Amino acid sequence: MSPQEQQFLEFVQSGGQVETNDWMPDEYRAKLIKFIEMHGNSELMGVLPEREWILRAPTLRRKLALTAKVQDEVGHAQLIYRVVEDLGKPREACLDDLISGKAKFHNVFHYPTKTWGDVGVIAWLVDAAAIISQKALLKCSYAPYARIMKKICWEESFHILHGRDVVLTLMLGTDEQRELVQEALNRWWGPLMQFHGNPIPAEEDPMFVWRIKSQANEEARQQFLDGYVPQIWELGLTVPDPELGKDEETGLWRYSEPDWDELKHVVTGHGPRSQERLELRRVAREQSAWVREVVLAEAA
Amino acid sequence: MVWEVFRQERAGQAFQHAGSLSAPDLRFAEIYARDFYGRRNESEALWLVPREQIHGVGEFADELERNYHRVDGYSLKAKLKEARDRAGKAPAGDR
Repeated sequence: MSPQEQQFLEFVQSGGQVETNDWMPDEYRAKLIKFIEMHGNSELMGVLPEREWILRAPTLRRKLALTAKVQDEVGHAQLIYRVVEDLGKPREACLDDLISGKAKFHNVFHYPTKTWGDVGVIAWLVDAAAIISQKALLKCSYAPYARIMKKICWEESFHILHGRDVVLTLMLGTDEQRELVQEALNRWWGPLMQFHGNPIPAEEDPMFVWRIKSQANEEARQQFLDGYVPQIWELGLTVPDPELGKDEETGLWRYSEPDWDELKHVVTGHGPRSQERLELRRVAREQSAWVREVVLAEAA
Repeated sequence: MVWEVFRQERAGQAFQHAGSLSAPDLRFAEIYARDFYGRRNESEALWLVPREQIHGVGEFADELERNYHRVDGYSLKAKLKEARDRAGKAPAGDR
């Protein structure tokens, strides 16, 4: 590492923030692009499991709320890809790499949404897990990314509200409806526990070293468990992990080892819905190409 | 084309940079900005500025150490203590 790079590293590690036109090491820029691009991809791909339920949502209000959530998430993708563009990678290149399978997106968006219970559990717990990661990005060493996170976190909090409302409504319904939520929780618990990644020490995580992330994976997972397990339990739901419990001495949660092989398998494009969703993204991009052409031609 | 968006949260407040968006012209920029920054009534008003129209200025060197127009140019603490001590020692009739 050159003295200039060393100085930069010390600067970000002591809480310094960097702007778009500031000098930055190539490695830092590459890591930023990779991390932020994956975030953008996840926002964009994350709407697909929910989109399937817009037409099947039980009431008009739920349809509208779900549509609004989809709009929010696509808006986040737009904001995030803008940040990537300013770092030097155009949005079209991001979409190329997403569709070709070269770039990744979050594990939870590779799974099917079987029932309306899944929609509630996703909006409540997947968004809750996501907001924990995103809140930690408010302190990101790359300031333009940290700034847009404020708006994103604010909107995510609506989604949690919406998800909680869906789940509560079902829990106040019939036994069959409660069963729907329990089954969805059973399906999503594994992916949720994998969501924050394997518990590597922060000092060995390059994203932490450069202060792109401000917390370790395990810290995020513990925060998630601390915040949401009590909320799950109080509704009479069962978390499908017999090992789960809080160690009163250490204040840390114990849990069964998440399936890290599954995580790796899924995010490399081998999840139950990975290819189908990428194909949908490809077709959607192709079918909307004429709109982009018309818009650009008219503006020219 | 990149547009910088400035957002006023409530009437009377300063406009703050909110983010940027790509739009081919002002018409689309306005439609996108309304949707991105106004659909939850979170803004009172927006300013849209083409990025290339913004001229950034930074690095404010003070080579002449002109600290007389900065707060750190006035250290009253020691002087005030001295002045108080002096006043305390003065004969009663002078107070």
